[in-house]
Amino acid sequence: MKRISIADRILLLATGLLAAYQITAGMDGMEPLTIWFYTIGFGTLLVAGLILIILGFEGLESKTVVIVSTLIPLSLSLGLISEHLPEYTILYLIFSVVGFTAIVITRFSVTGKSATIVLAIVHGIAGLIIFLLPIILSIQGTMPVGFSLVGLGGALIGMGGLLLAFLRAGQPILSQKTILTLLPVLLLLMTAAFVAGFSFG
Amino acid sequence: MIRIITDLKIIKTKYFPLIKSLQTGLLLITGLAGYMSARCPILNIPTLLALSGSLFLAISGSTVLNMWYDRDIDAMMPRTCNRPLSTGKTSPQEALILGLILSFVGITWALALDLLYGAVVFAGLFFDVVIYTIWLKRRTAWSIVWGGISGGMPVLAGRVLGTGQIDWIGIALAMAILFWIPTHILTFSIRYHEDYQAANIPTFPSAYNFQTTRLIIAVSSILTALAMGLAAYGVGMTWGFLRLMAVMAVGLLVLAVRSLTFPSDRITLGLFKYASLYMLSSMLLLFSVGF
Repeated sequence: MKRISIADRILLLATGLLAAYQITAGMDGMEPLTIWFYTIGFGTLLVAGLILIILGFEGLESKTVVIVSTLIPLSLSLGLISEHLPEYTILYLIFSVVGFTAIVITRFSVTGKSATIVLAIVHGIAGLIIFLLPIILSIQGTMPVGFSLVGLGGALIGMGGLLLAFLRAGQPILSQKTILTLLPVLLLLMTAAFVAGFSFG
Repeated sequence: MIRIITDLKIIKTKYFPLIKSLQTGLLLITGLAGYMSARCPILNIPTLLALSGSLFLAISGSTVLNMWYDRDIDAMMPRTCNRPLSTGKTSPQEALILGLILSFVGITWALALDLLYGAVVFAGLFFDVVIYTIWLKRRTAWSIVWGGISGGMPVLAGRVLGTGQIDWIGIALAMAILFWIPTHILTFSIRYHEDYQAANIPTFPSAYNFQTTRLIIAVSSILTALAMGLAAYGVGMTWGFLRLMAVMAVGLLVLAVRSLTFPSDRITLGLFKYASLYMLSSMLLLFSVGF
């Protein structure tokens, strides 16, 4: 496993600080439920970043990484739905809870394709919502153009999820070292895109 | 000029390591955070500087006195055998005189600033040097409770200076530090178990076992977060800051549970580092409340 460098730590710290800013000051005027959904998403980013700084990349060896990395897109997409499509909040909340529970169960009790399929469905739907919804809202004129940056963050989160999936599966498409070099950069860019998108929106 | 540089070099190598700069710095930050949490209507820079100076001297003094008293056991443990008193770089007399002067000046300054504040600072020094180090540290593993109480005194002192009284928020802040200290000391007692055994110091891993010690660390971490959250709410922090503290506390909880379910030295050390980071960030948030 690649040793975490000073540069990696700085990037992760910057990610954490951006997430902390979003939690403290970036959600003014939103509905309480929406605030909690976003808090879970950015909070997971913050805590995960800090734990990586402390434990190093060895922290990614845990089975719980997949579960934790699912929390981020699910909670952010829940926040977007409750903020912009409130009539679908309950429906999507049920999907999220069921999806999340399924991922937890399949991670620990099922091996092989079914675990991957569950993960792909839940991640895929959450990722598409984060990617498409802000862009559609910006095009429609419901939200300012800058809000589409949240969609960019959604695309980056998809890439991050893909990298982590490669890492966990041990696929040779990218070397472990390359993935771990890219990961902190990607996390920072993703968080920056989210924070910028929300502040412009 | 050359002489000044030489003197500074001597201070850096002989005396500066005696004050454990990181620990002293963190305790000083807790004192400043306690003061700022009082939300004084006008930020009084001279008082803030006097608080910093008196606390720094008192904490440094007690740390030097601890190191002077523990020089025999420090010399037995690989982790501490390179300290200036163990290597002979600083003589015991020099350390004792330095510790007494720093403590005396710090306490006197604190008493001159405010009697109640000075009394709390003195209590911290007394609990740390006399009760914890001299009386209990070599007798019982439970001495860490007194180490924790003395560690909570700087934040209480800062709060007392800001409000003029001992209130429940100050007590809650001190409790948060009291519960945080075991994560610090017990992690070290697991990591350097053999060192402590060699020096014949009773610790939780030797008196009970590693799993019980990890359980205490985990419970202490959770209690730290609860006490800190309560104090932060009492201080009147904004919801944004409270949310951030809650998120940080969840991280603490996750690592605490992890250290119990999948115990390893790496996770225990990680929990200790995270708990320190949690404490530092909580104190910085408390500090910012004053502005």
